[in-house]
Amino acid sequence: MGETLKGVIDWLFEPTRYFLGSVLLLAAVLYFRRFFSKELVIIAVFALAGAFLAWAVGDHNFHKIITKGDNIPIVILLASVVFFSWLALRQAVINDERKKKGEAGIELELGKQKVFTWPDLVYTEFICILLFTALLIVWSIVVEAPLEEPAALARTPNPSKAPWYFLGLQEMLVYFDPWIAGVVLPGFIIVGLCAIPYLDTNPKGNGYYTFDERPFAWTFFWVGFVLFWVLFVILGTFLRGPNWSFFGPFEFWDVHKLEPLVNVDLSTYFWDGLLDKNIPTNPLVREAPGILAILGWFLVIPPLLGKTLLKGLVQRMGIVRFNVFMHLLLWFALLPTKMLLRWTVNLKYIIGIPEWFFNV
Amino acid sequence: MQKLLQAVRDTQLWRSVFRHGYPDTPRNRTLAVLSNTFLHLHPVKVRRSGIRLSYTWCMGGLTFFLFLVETITGLLLMFYYRPTAQYAYEDIIGIREHVALGVMREMHRWAAHMMVITVWLHMYRVFLTGSYKPPREFNWNVGVILLVLTLLLSFTGYLLPWDQLAVWAITVGSNMARATPFLGHEGPGASLLSFGGLNFVHAGDDARFGLLAGRFVGEGALLRFYVLHCVGLPLAAATLMAIHFWRVRKDGGISGPL
Ligand code: HEM
Ligand code: HEM
Repeated sequence: MGETLKGVIDWLFEPTRYFLGSVLLLAAVLYFRRFFSKELVIIAVFALAGAFLAWAVGDHNFHKIITKGDNIPIVILLASVVFFSWLALRQAVINDERKKKGEAGIELELGKQKVFTWPDLVYTEFICILLFTALLIVWSIVVEAPLEEPAALARTPNPSKAPWYFLGLQEMLVYFDPWIAGVVLPGFIIVGLCAIPYLDTNPKGNGYYTFDERPFAWTFFWVGFVLFWVLFVILGTFLRGPNWSFFGPFEFWDVHKLEPLVNVDLSTYFWDGLLDKNIPTNPLVREAPGILAILGWFLVIPPLLGKTLLKGLVQRMGIVRFNVFMHLLLWFALLPTKMLLRWTVNLKYIIGIPEWFFNV
Repeated sequence: MQKLLQAVRDTQLWRSVFRHGYPDTPRNRTLAVLSNTFLHLHPVKVRRSGIRLSYTWCMGGLTFFLFLVETITGLLLMFYYRPTAQYAYEDIIGIREHVALGVMREMHRWAAHMMVITVWLHMYRVFLTGSYKPPREFNWNVGVILLVLTLLLSFTGYLLPWDQLAVWAITVGSNMARATPFLGHEGPGASLLSFGGLNFVHAGDDARFGLLAGRFVGEGALLRFYVLHCVGLPLAAATLMAIHFWRVRKDGGISGPL
């Protein structure tokens, strides 16, 4: 019974299922937010998670990965993101309900009053700091900081992992070359974050929790932060082992586990599969389909959408904002698109010009 | 007893430090905040809605607190740690085995990890309450830079123990720089920057070389990361935090419905 359950869990956590499952779960939580924001739900979630942990640490492989010093913060990360997402959603739902009945939201009602910083705020801060200090001291005494063998550049450990907060980026390396996964996309994440206040022209939802008044913004951040950042970090930490192969939470990290690489370039599909011709040698001709696809992605989609589906948005944002927004969004959307293509047709590169290190 | 306390409170010494009585009256509560260097980061009065734990989750304040913990524990570590390939690893062992308060390394490392988490959660909170909207656009941007600095602080610190974990994590991380378009020798476009068969961008001068002061993670990288970690980045972060806090005030305090 226990072994079967472990097998099922290992199967469930395979990256494709893990990712699609998370998408479904997030969508369900948002759609049924009135149910999911109930207090009982979070209590049940944490009780179940606690029971699961208590049962699972009995497993040797699970125990090994979960109790690694550097992995403890990731468990904390997961727990706190779940908890605070629930907390935010709960307040948003309450505020939205109140609005519907014509009442003031929580923040508006309380915001009318002003209180003295000393003691009302200083008190909270003090308790907060005290608790955190105690936590840090206990944690530091109980768990030793990791220290491995002295640095030796001749011996590459397997797996070699970046620091945990960059494991989401390392996971992207499965789908993209380093110049995109490690340089361009992180660059655009930073630029995109900076641009948020200038792109979001919705004046509502400033200074209080609400979902109904900014459904797109909220969903967008959940997809970006919860799904592609936090869940990728967790995937990279717990589920990626030697050679960056996938390992279920109860699976032994076998260095010899091989995943066959059968990925095919778009150019091969096009020239060989579709036209049944020899693949041209000139890289520009060879890659023409991919180059056209990418150009189309960035140059055709924005005006097309702007003229049709998103006409209202163009009017609201103005043409400059709209274009910046679309381009950032398209860069971002490149990731799930490539992931889907990889899972469905084993696509390796849309454009593959290794001669110039230009692979998309 | 009461008299003695009163006598102490009447001394010139006491009065030179504390300029008001115990903060239990509106006047003294105001003075307590205004005359204290640290408390005056706060306004005298705050909106009731903004001080609830469920609103800010305390995450900005906790991030700042963890930064202070890092500064204190980091300073203590600096007493015992020498950033050279010869000594670094030995010193780390020494810190654990021979130094009094031998958990400073643990404190520094766990607090560093927590700081990364709290800064993410802080950003998450600011987004979900829409607090980046006017007039707080600029402060959101200061925050984004602080986020990057926090990650860089943690990244540079990660190398310092000079063990296999450290060196290879930084190797994996910095390998990305090799692929920077135009600036990395394995990046797209770099091969275009050549003249008469001579490449301007190669492994000995590209973006990764600049980061590591070498073709691999060696002694040069250790020193460079150490200086950035202990001096450059904390100074930059502290400066930006000052701006960040000032702007929170100038933008009207913690956000709330208008
Ligand atoms: C703001 C945040 C900071 C972060 C996120 C941070 C992060 C780190 C990390 C992750 C390590 C590796 C720790 C280990 O393996 O034990 C480290 C080591 C170190 N840090 Fe920091 N640090 C910060 C601030 C500082 C400051 C302000 C100083 C000094 C003034 C400092 C001095 C040191 C020293 C000397 C080491 C090497 C000792 C060791 O690795 O145990 N750090 N830091
Ligand atoms: C080292 C990093 C940081 C520190 C120490 C810090 C600290 C703080 C503190 C203490 C506050 C007061 C309110 C609160 O606690 O929530 C605050 C507010 C704010 N922070 Fe940060 N922060 C940091 C990073 C960031 C980041 C990464 C962002 C966004 C990307 C950000 C954006 C903001 C904004 C917009 C406010 C005003 C929020 C409001 O009025 O409700 N900060 N910050």
